[in-house]
Amino acid sequence: MDIKFSAEDLAFRDEVREFFATEYDAVMAAKLSGSQGSDYKPAIVAWQKKLHAKGWIAPGWPVEYGGTDWSATQKFIYETERGLAGIPDVVPFGLKMVAPVIYTFGTEEQKAKFLPRILESEDWWCQGYSEPGAGSDLAALNTTAEYAGDDYIVNGRKIWTTFAQYADWIFCLVRTSKGMRKQQGISFLLIDMNTPGITVKPIVTIDGKHSLNEVLFEDVKVPMANLIGEQDKGWTYAKALLAHERTGMAEIADSTRSLDALKKRASAEINGGQAMINDPVFQMRLSDIEMELMALEYTELRVFASMAAGGMPGPESSLLKIKGTEITQAIQELQLQLAADYGGALPHDLNAEQLGHDFAFEARGKYMYGRAATIYGGSNEVQRNVIAKAVLGL
Amino acid sequence: MNFDFTEEQTMIKDSVSRFVRDEYDFDTRRSIIESDDGISRKFWTMFAELGWLSVPFAEEYGGFGGSVEDIAAVMEELGKGIVVEPYASTVVVFGGLLSASDNSALKEEVIPTVIDGSCMGSFACVEAQSRYELSDVATTAVAADGGYTINGEKTVVANGGTANKFVVSARTSGGQFDRDGVSLFLVDASTAGVDVKSYKMMDGLSAATVTFKDVVVTESQLLNAAGEGMALIDQVMPQILMALSAEALGIMATLNTLTVEYTKVRQQFDTPISSFQALQHRMVDTFMACEQTKSMLYRGLCQAGEDDPEALSKSVHALKATVARYGRLVGEEAIQIHGGIGMTDELNVGHYVKRLMMINVSFGDGDFHQKKFNQLAYSA
Repeated sequence: MDIKFSAEDLAFRDEVREFFATEYDAVMAAKLSGSQGSDYKPAIVAWQKKLHAKGWIAPGWPVEYGGTDWSATQKFIYETERGLAGIPDVVPFGLKMVAPVIYTFGTEEQKAKFLPRILESEDWWCQGYSEPGAGSDLAALNTTAEYAGDDYIVNGRKIWTTFAQYADWIFCLVRTSKGMRKQQGISFLLIDMNTPGITVKPIVTIDGKHSLNEVLFEDVKVPMANLIGEQDKGWTYAKALLAHERTGMAEIADSTRSLDALKKRASAEINGGQAMINDPVFQMRLSDIEMELMALEYTELRVFASMAAGGMPGPESSLLKIKGTEITQAIQELQLQLAADYGGALPHDLNAEQLGHDFAFEARGKYMYGRAATIYGGSNEVQRNVIAKAVLGL
Repeated sequence: MNFDFTEEQTMIKDSVSRFVRDEYDFDTRRSIIESDDGISRKFWTMFAELGWLSVPFAEEYGGFGGSVEDIAAVMEELGKGIVVEPYASTVVVFGGLLSASDNSALKEEVIPTVIDGSCMGSFACVEAQSRYELSDVATTAVAADGGYTINGEKTVVANGGTANKFVVSARTSGGQFDRDGVSLFLVDASTAGVDVKSYKMMDGLSAATVTFKDVVVTESQLLNAAGEGMALIDQVMPQILMALSAEALGIMATLNTLTVEYTKVRQQFDTPISSFQALQHRMVDTFMACEQTKSMLYRGLCQAGEDDPEALSKSVHALKATVARYGRLVGEEAIQIHGGIGMTDELNVGHYVKRLMMINVSFGDGDFHQKKFNQLAYSA
């Protein structure tokens, strides 16, 4: 048993580190740290264009469509280094969600039309899945698309649509046939957000920010050419995508970095003349998280090793999302606890200097928005159902 | 990078696994525990013949020259059968200390007898006041006539009743809590002044109070330089903790399997109870507990092959703390989900749980190790 990388892989790691250290400068880091403010879109697009120029924007894609020819090990190293460097992931909706569906199930015309613009960050995509009546039970969706001539006419409501306010395109699951099993009769449509009849309504979340939206469709005309694959087979395509979404949800490297930051902050926060990092009770809370993360790091390595060996991920993979998000939330909880009274202050009226505390705003925002991690991508309860059925055979 | 056992390791794992399956059923185990010795000498001889007792020892002493990974492979399978023969106390702990010793005359004399099964050994280290802190030693070894005279009492000495030899920690200098001044002696159980009072533990193993009254030993019985015993203990401790954790992992995996299978056959409200989501989610949590424990063990095993003692030390403290936490979760849930039958002595579940409970308190419980982890990680 060992976790040694080959000399070639270590050289690759150095190259990645070097690139991140040179290209991800302080200005960009500052713009992206808030991750939801008005600076966010231009900043993340600028960063993605740099990645594209380097040829690293889509490591997961096949080479023929613009991906890298990296081995599984190299992809793993890249993701780890990105997390450790504190660099946000690319916006996933185009690059990681719809693109795999397009290059796997789309027509040549669709590939030619959409993939280059996704690589170049020219189109911003959002995901039209959830509906007011279809959350964890996604197949209960009832936004309809009726066939009329060369177009579909779409009517309905999508909800929790992240960054729809920036989006040029939305990929949607819509109901095209009724009267069969609810997973059947669903189709996968690509819809131009500028089409008449689409309204985007902001949803302010409990962190006080606006990243989520409701998207309303009233008699929206969508050309037939924007249907992915066959009509009524959309659920199959979406399921393939969901599997894609779940990998990489453990965010081990990101959590490692957050935990390091938390420890540094705990050295600077004083209670009764003693740094919080030396408080025995706080230390127990900290190590509860750190030990779980140390274990999960190796769980991820085990999954990765079996995939690199050409095998399928084993049963250990199914817990990555649950444990990874639990750890992310636990760090956020402890960080907010560390901010003490300052944690409630809102940045509308003052800045950090005026408040006299450097991470309170961030701690509150991350804690509040962080609650979403155990809800999205298949809630952690749904994940438990999946493990119960697929792994334990219950 | 790889997390597979080698071909050799897989062979020995399979061999232990076959033994547990074919020869060590629950009734056999029960009758062994009820026998006078509380262990099977016949099986111990068989372990020797199969080479299991030679695993960690150097080839120059007739050993297999195995690593902690090999030990972990054996221990995990022994755990699945909650085997009561003193493999951990004799081969891993006593044998580990011997292996790390620089007293080659002693090693040449004793190691072959461990390998051939004729010598069982134990580490007499815990004292009434010491709890888990092995440097808290009140037993004294006073220099006299070119040797030492040992006086003191060791408690809950694992398998003390069947051990032929003890490694005894005794203070040759310093105060009761000092790390310096602790010395390790090899003492034959038949030496004049050694008194052993054996009793049963809840996991079917036995322990003993071992009293040393004016026990005369020579310098040649020292495992390493006088007063430097803690360094030897520190050196061996990671593999002791990993071996016990591997045993715990085998037990946890078995408990999870037993529980999942039981829910599929147990009917209530006209349906198998495995169909209830309240139970499914609990079983998913115990499945995840087991996977995380395995990952933590593998972390230690990987780091054992590297040269970073501090990282290894952090990982094994974290491992033992994880085994404590998740071992308890898996054990308690196994009883809960089995319901009334889980409360019975007749069912094997409670016996697996009791062994897990004893592993938890062997060489430091979860809180003890988490505190050590905290000291390493946060009190720089």
